[in-house]
Amino acid sequence: MSVDLSQFLQTFFEESFEGLDTMESGLLELDPERPDPETLNNVFRAAHSIKGGAGTFGLTAVSDFTHRMETLLDRLRDGQQAVTPDAVNVLLNAVDCLRSMLAAIQSDQALDADAISTAQRQLDEQLGQTPTGTASGASGPAGDTGGDRGSAGGGGDATPPSGGGGWWIRFEPQPHLFATGNDPRRLFLALQDLGELEVECDTSGLPPFEQLDPETCQLAWTLRLYADVTEAAVREVFEWVEDDARLEIRPLEAAGTEPAAAAEGGAAAAVAAEPAAGAEAAAPAGGEGRKSAARRGGAGGGGSSSSIRVDTEKIDALIDMVGELVITQSMLSQIGKEFTAERLEELQDGLAQLERNTRELQENVMRIRMVPISFAYSRLPRIVHDTSRALGKAVDFQMEGEQTELDKTVMEKIIDPLVHLVRNSVDHGIELPEERAAAGKPETGTITIEAYHKGGNIIIEIADDGRGINRDKLLGKARAAGLVEDGSELADEQIYDLIFHPGLSTHDQATEYSGRGVGMDVVKRNVRSLSGNIHVRSTHGQGTTITISLPLTLSILDGQLFRVGDQTYIIPLVSVIESLQVDASKVSRVTSRGEVYHWREGYVPIVRLHELFDTEPVRRELGGGLMVIVEDEDTYLGVFVDDLLDQQQVVIKSLEANYLQVPGIAGATILGDGTVALILDIAGLIEMSRGGRRQPYIPDREDSDEAA
Amino acid sequence: MAKILAVDDSASMRQMVTYTLKQQGYEVTEAVDGTDALTKAKAGGFDLVITDVNMPKMDGITLVRELRGLPTFKFTPILLLTTESAPEKKQEGKAAGATGWLVKPFDPDQLVNTIKKVVR
Repeated sequence: MSVDLSQFLQTFFEESFEGLDTMESGLLELDPERPDPETLNNVFRAAHSIKGGAGTFGLTAVSDFTHRMETLLDRLRDGQQAVTPDAVNVLLNAVDCLRSMLAAIQSDQALDADAISTAQRQLDEQLGQTPTGTASGASGPAGDTGGDRGSAGGGGDATPPSGGGGWWIRFEPQPHLFATGNDPRRLFLALQDLGELEVECDTSGLPPFEQLDPETCQLAWTLRLYADVTEAAVREVFEWVEDDARLEIRPLEAAGTEPAAAAEGGAAAAVAAEPAAGAEAAAPAGGEGRKSAARRGGAGGGGSSSSIRVDTEKIDALIDMVGELVITQSMLSQIGKEFTAERLEELQDGLAQLERNTRELQENVMRIRMVPISFAYSRLPRIVHDTSRALGKAVDFQMEGEQTELDKTVMEKIIDPLVHLVRNSVDHGIELPEERAAAGKPETGTITIEAYHKGGNIIIEIADDGRGINRDKLLGKARAAGLVEDGSELADEQIYDLIFHPGLSTHDQATEYSGRGVGMDVVKRNVRSLSGNIHVRSTHGQGTTITISLPLTLSILDGQLFRVGDQTYIIPLVSVIESLQVDASKVSRVTSRGEVYHWREGYVPIVRLHELFDTEPVRRELGGGLMVIVEDEDTYLGVFVDDLLDQQQVVIKSLEANYLQVPGIAGATILGDGTVALILDIAGLIEMSRGGRRQPYIPDREDSDEAA
Repeated sequence: MAKILAVDDSASMRQMVTYTLKQQGYEVTEAVDGTDALTKAKAGGFDLVITDVNMPKMDGITLVRELRGLPTFKFTPILLLTTESAPEKKQEGKAAGATGWLVKPFDPDQLVNTIKKVVR
């Protein structure tokens, strides 16, 4: 039979990456003083599973590598070897290496032989072996070549076929044979698959009837197998019962001299084994066209197909709701068939029910895409461990709210910012142990990451009890850099927000872990691209808390509706700074720059949407009109509007997918009255106001976009 | 056709075993660990159990012992999925009441042939 196993590769990769995460967090949890056996066991099991799967798919490099890890873990588990910080580090490194190996195989790229052989050498050193130093690609798994594959027709035995005669077999099982689920009858049927079989039952061992125990085996058998097979093939039939029975196998010519033990017993009943009904040959034909439809999408390895695991509870809830919806629909169609004015109330009830159903269904469909934030947390303990070790700091890292759910895409995009922020807390926040002691703090610093839901947002807070931000130093630097005018007073929050400016760091020296240009400005940009917000609170000497607030989903945004002419537009609320009535005395015209408005300490360009989108406005006179100040990446813009409407949540529909990309427009939505409203792309508008006509910046929503 | 309970904490292994067996026309129920398997086994009606050894919550050997304690599983064949690197597991499994074993790495033909030994 042929089974194409490659269709299961994708699942293997998924569970292997999960297993690697388990290994990593387990290793980080290990206390070398008192290693928890259960944790070690989990780590071992994960390695063992990956090895097994890799063997199945013929990924020898992986199974070879994992075999070393497994051996080391096994020794640590059995206490043959101490859990040293070094051993843990070597294993952590091996986890990294294995992760990149699997990723390379998954995306059909070449393996990094140097990294593999380095990691292998480290493992070998831990195992106290002489490093082989070769990244094995082609050799079989070290130490366990699948010797005994237990496959039928076991080959390679030296005993020659018995000259066409066959085999005489004496089989005396122990009484407990049945208790292992083995059944002599099945053994004989298996022998019959090999050739013609004569069975003689020896009942001499049976006790008197009243002492008969049907659950124990008190019989013995003498069998004659007329088949041209090796002794090994015969032995293989008895493979599982060899330890539970006395078994004697001899070539048939020599069988004339039967052992004395069998000769007594008198009542040897010859029983012809029932012919096995349609006994199939040992190798059945492949699944004759009965290909199971269990193929998973994106199978066959290759590119990473984006899949998501959904709790069956969520699916059950959906099915319930669809059921409700069907009931409502049939009720409404019933009303529609025979509608009279008296039934108006019924109709209204039905519609209210439909609204409820729809809302519930929408919420639950959203929940399908939600995953616990623990996925994003998973890398963090390692980061803290490595960074604090390298910097000689002691850090206790706490994670809270791991089960808080958020959209899968949002989660994937927030991982890097979180890594950066946590690393920053270790590097800039937490002081060296002696410094902490001098300040009267415990030597071990604490960093806490916490996630929770608040309204339609998920809030992630990263707090440390470190040195805090030196407000004055930061302000001094900002002034020196010309970011803040001399003499201007800023609120604390505004000052702390300066750390998100590119090129501003309170650190005087770049360390290996920060100050390398990938900074807080990038973090802020990432958060903003997810329509989120980020804020800093800090007390000098006491610590810093960074709060990120993200929407639960990218397909819905909070918008500020406004009107220009007869068109309704939407600005993402996250970009709105304030709305104001235009004071004509503050408007100036700048040659080649159009109109600007004096706002706070600076000037913001004014954008007249009716000019940009070529529509007929109600009002052209700026003075006394309404303007919305919007912001993107610290650049401000005044959008001149006819009228402000309400704020509401809108579902984003892609304009590109349904029409084409339009500069200045991020997407569209359908309002309650059925009209289409365009959602402004603030970054694009700013670009256009500078005279650039670049393609608008559209947040990447590869899979939060429902086909509208 | 025979009903088989396949127990493994690895999803890919479960999928492969199930797929192979279903191609042969067997009816397969999956369980993710020993505890899950025990719950499903109590519902009864299985002709064979195939279980991995290394699993969270309840390992395969404990599962065999527990199953043998159920009246309905006294004589039901139970096969262990073992690796060659752990031959002692075979003996441990036998002592607990396992019928036999299958050696990983997983091989569809081997699985089918082995099952023929216990489910006729």
